[in-house]
This record gives sequence, C-alpha cells and structure tokens, in this order.
Amino acid sequence: MELKKLKARLTTAVRGHKLLKDKADEMVRRFTVLLRQDKALRDEVEAGLSDTMKSVAVAGSLSPTYTQETAFSMPTVSVEAVCETESIMGVDVPHVTLSEGERSARLPYAFSEITSEADDSVRKVSALLPTLIRLAEVEKAVRLLADEIERNKRRVNALEYVMIPQLEETIKYIRDKLDENERAAVVRLMKVKGNSAF
Amino acid sequence: MQGKMAIVGDADTIMVFQAAGVSTFPVTDEKEARETIRKVARDYPIVFLTEEFAEPLKEFLKRFDEEAYPVILPIPSGKDTGYGEAFLKSAMERALGVDILFGK
Repeated sequence: MELKKLKARLTTAVRGHKLLKDKADEMVRRFTVLLRQDKALRDEVEAGLSDTMKSVAVAGSLSPTYTQETAFSMPTVSVEAVCETESIMGVDVPHVTLSEGERSARLPYAFSEITSEADDSVRKVSALLPTLIRLAEVEKAVRLLADEIERNKRRVNALEYVMIPQLEETIKYIRDKLDENERAAVVRLMKVKGNSAF
Repeated sequence: MQGKMAIVGDADTIMVFQAAGVSTFPVTDEKEARETIRKVARDYPIVFLTEEFAEPLKEFLKRFDEEAYPVILPIPSGKDTGYGEAFLKSAMERALGVDILFGK
C-alpha cells in the first residue's frame, strides 16, 4: 500500500522537476532579454541625465537661485503614471504607461525672468521622463525575476538532489523487504512440505 | 491604479524635475532620505532616488523588491557612482551565474 503511494509521489516529483526546469529555462531567457534592455536604457538615461544636469548648471549660473526655483516650481505638464502589473512567468512585474495631461506648449514662466538655458533643461527633463519610467519598469522586473529565478533554482535542486533520491531509496527498501518476505514464505512452505513427507 | 511620480535627492539635482511634473522631496543626508522614502513610498507608485543616497540605503531598499509596487529607481545624478552597473552585475550573477554584458 505504502509502496503504491510512494510510487505515485515519485512520478509527481519527477514531473514537477521537469516542469520547474522548463520554467527556469524560460525565465532565464526572458531575464537575459530584460537585462540587455535594462543596460541599454540605463546608458541612455545616464547620458541624458548628465546632459540635463549640465544645462541645469549652466542655467543656474546665469540667473540667481531663487528665480530659478520659482520658475521650476510650476510644472508644465501634469504627468500621470498609469500603473498596472503584467505577469512574466507567474511573476508580477510593473507595467507603467504615461498619460500626460494637456500639455501646454508654453513654458510656465515669463520669458523675462529666466534664461533660455533653463527652458532647455526643462525640455530635456520632460523628454527624458518616458525613458526614466521605462527604466524603472524594466529594472524592477529584472530585480523581481532575479529573485524568482533564484527561488526556482533552489526548488529544482531540492527536488533533484533530495526529494527524488529519498523517494527512490525508500521504494527500493520496501521492495527489498517485500521480496525478502516472499522468499521467506516460500522457504517456510518448502520446509513444511518436507517435514510432512517424513 | 493611477499615480504620480516622486523624486528624492539633493535639492539642486531634483529641482529641475519639478518642472516636468514630478513631485520633489529634497533631503540632505542618508537618515532623512530613509524617512522620506518610507513616507513617499506609500503615496507614490514610482519613486526616483539619486544614486548617492541609493548606495548607502541598499539594504533598506531591498524590502521594496517583494512586490511590483512601489518602484524605487536609483538614477544617476551627474556624478558617476557606478551604482547602475554594479546593480546589473549582481542581479545577473545571482540569476545566471555568468556575466553576459560586461564580459569583454
């Protein structure tokens, strides 16, 4: 009885192991794709941001800090991020789309009080924002997927090196024991027959 | 879920983001950054953080990696700290065990 139960468990374990292994392969494939994307986006953002910071610095040097602060404190656009999740191999990752409110083409301050360098930096930052969001999304996905891959790896290994060998060993033990019993019974029968022959 | 974006960092760097419609939360030191992030992460699904604060707060930021939101994204702030590269490297090594990007 127990043997039957154990055999069923073994087949489940083997099948589970195979499935998990397939899952791991696919996750790794997706992960590499995301990783490359992340790298490209990060390079882009890094370049864009240092560019922006430079123009901010120039703008800052051309006008006093307080005018700049007041100028920048009025947003040109109201940016709303629509946040959803999508699933990559059973891992929930963020999926963000930007919905921009009505975009006023005009800059939010009077031209007399601020330099064109400031306009430039504002424009640059606004242009960079979608890329930043994309990066946030991809990078979070990379993190989540890395965790999941690690966890999955542990599961596969646990099945492969602990669960399955243990089950196999128990099954073998029970089978041996049963065989032994059978042999014992045969011998006993033969003995009994032999005795009665006398 | 609809949400806004926030940025945490030193005042000079983040000022310009305000013009782009991102809420700004200036901080001056690590401790302040930690408190601010804790507060901000509740209301904003997307939080940018300048890299020089992300580096010392690494362990603290890990706890946000359990769920899809909030997303905390360290961004470079002009000064190159190599944080982004280090992050990619560690994630890659953890998941794959091999270096596929910076190998050359």
